[in-house]
Amino acid sequence: MIGYLGVDVGSVSTNLVVIDEETNVVSYIYRRTMGDPIHAVQNGLRELKELLPAEIVINGAGTTGSARYLSGVVVGADIVKNEITAHAVAASHVAPDVQTVLEIGGQDSKIIILREGVAVDFAMNTVCAAGTGSFLDHQAERIGIPIEEFGNYALKSQNPAQIAGRCTVFAESDMIHKQQMGYHVEDIIYGLCQSLVRNYLNNVAKGKELMSPIIFQGGVAANLGIKKAFEETLGMEIMIPKHYSVMGAIGAALLAKEKAGNKIESSFKGFSTSDIDFKTSSFHCKGCSNNCEIVKIEVDGEVLARWGGRCGKWEIEQT
Amino acid sequence: MKITFPHMGTLDIILSDLFTRLDVDFVLPPKTTTKAINLGVKYAPEFACFPLKVTIGNLIEGLEAGADAVVMVGGIGPCRFGFYAEIQNKILHDMGYDFEMITLEPPMADIKDFARKCKKIASKKTLWQILQAVRIVWKKAVAIDEVEREVLKRRAFEKNSRDTTVAHKKGLAVLKEAITPYEIKEAREKALSLINEVEKDLRRCPLKIGIVGEFYALLEPYVNFDIEEYLGQKGIYLERAVYLTDWMGPSKKNSVMGIDSDELAKAAKPYLSHFVGGEGQTTVGHIVKFAEEGFDGVIQLLPFTCMPEIIAKSVLPKICKELDIPVLTLIIDEQTGRAGVITRLEAFIDLLWNRRKKKLSAVGC
Repeated sequence: MIGYLGVDVGSVSTNLVVIDEETNVVSYIYRRTMGDPIHAVQNGLRELKELLPAEIVINGAGTTGSARYLSGVVVGADIVKNEITAHAVAASHVAPDVQTVLEIGGQDSKIIILREGVAVDFAMNTVCAAGTGSFLDHQAERIGIPIEEFGNYALKSQNPAQIAGRCTVFAESDMIHKQQMGYHVEDIIYGLCQSLVRNYLNNVAKGKELMSPIIFQGGVAANLGIKKAFEETLGMEIMIPKHYSVMGAIGAALLAKEKAGNKIESSFKGFSTSDIDFKTSSFHCKGCSNNCEIVKIEVDGEVLARWGGRCGKWEIEQT
Repeated sequence: MKITFPHMGTLDIILSDLFTRLDVDFVLPPKTTTKAINLGVKYAPEFACFPLKVTIGNLIEGLEAGADAVVMVGGIGPCRFGFYAEIQNKILHDMGYDFEMITLEPPMADIKDFARKCKKIASKKTLWQILQAVRIVWKKAVAIDEVEREVLKRRAFEKNSRDTTVAHKKGLAVLKEAITPYEIKEAREKALSLINEVEKDLRRCPLKIGIVGEFYALLEPYVNFDIEEYLGQKGIYLERAVYLTDWMGPSKKNSVMGIDSDELAKAAKPYLSHFVGGEGQTTVGHIVKFAEEGFDGVIQLLPFTCMPEIIAKSVLPKICKELDIPVLTLIIDEQTGRAGVITRLEAFIDLLWNRRKKKLSAVGC
């Protein structure tokens, strides 16, 4: 059986997906990055191997996410792509007529506008991460509700509370204040969802024409409260794809498949790469006053990759 | 009196040359690096625009190196830039530096004041001598910009990454040494031929992107993450809206970019019908022009809190829709991470390629 691997290493989660020749998802892993992308990928590969049929042959591998270059070196990727393109590719694959993609992840949120299957515009949060997964995580923990239950609580709300959503710090103070005033917890949670949606639409989606069909993906799409708040605010139906949490990885796998074409030669290092000891180190270049921090990735003394400089003199990238 | 001044792109080459000719004692601050930025961020107000922070950093380094006078340019438009010199003067004096601030306001505002200050800077020369020196150095400045314009266009075709950058550096070194008008002309030819000689792959059909926005963000490569070099190495043909001499030049005619300001204002009119300070209106005009010339996309660069560019940004959705041209806006300040900029640029390049492929397949290519 032939498969294509997609790896998406973000700030919060590390996702791995294998799709088959018919682009069906064979199996996937969604796990926390825990600030250690190399081990997250290695452990993810190990877990993924357990789930996959024994006879699988990986014919192409793609990486995406903020650690795409690093994870590209670790897995031996055939293609390294930014997460905006990867998400657009995955969304237009599951819904070819999609015109708007809302994506909210751990620390970033983006919007992609597509027309007739081609991305024509996009935006990503710049100055503020209010309303992304990390904040919701933090609030769920503070209130003492498992993050998985957060959305269900929101749906129970009858009179949502007004929560200041422009800044996460003020949103938190406002939530505490509302708790102390005696508001129901579900009203506070749904109020939070509404304010986060307002924030997203006023910042990330500012000036964009949101047209149906709309797809909502990324880890935060698990939160039904946010979905409902989007639908209420926009007055439009929102679709959540089956594999909403790993769409970036699916996009990377699709791109790897496209790149592979009929060729069978993949630079994928195999699942045993999880046993390799990748060493990373860094130093400050003294070549000029820029003082760039150069990062080096080595295996058994052999330098696999080096980057971080502004002038390019240290740069080595295998992929 | 020992003069220092802030950096902005190739301004250091031009002013060093001018001051040397005029027998002015000056000290060049170290090139803008993280150190200058950190110094500026520490002493400038948090919500000041980014160029103010960086230039304060430059000036601190210049004063530390022994300068006791600062030359800055002023301004009379609604953009906060016109007030930079005043703020810098106050902040640096509050920090305890003893120096004199010489602010050159636009000559059309007060020609006598301008002449007096020029005379003050170059006290050993007559006004006539100053004028002669400026005329020659101006030729060099235009030559430097013209060479840069070619670099932006040709880097997309280089066979070996960084060859054009190396040729550009060599060309600038040649131009730096030129003294007489004849030598400047020769050096310009030499620099252009160095860039021409870089091994190229002319079969490429590169994406064409126009770069617009606030002049400092455009002209200072360190603050814009060397965006032009990055894009050029990704095989993208670039044209930039503003060059140093276009910005400093007294006339409406932008000799390097090649479009004069009346034409830009006319192009911008359906979207932004009046001057809003800084490059706000010309940015809009340039986007319209780039769209008309069939560019694949435009990148707008602005420092965080830049008012004129925010106004330009607010009319972008309409321009993009009516003229069918994608525009990527990048907002820069000390909080901006290079990784985030690269992610957006990569995605923008993918978007433009996919659009082009689709357009080609629509006409049956």
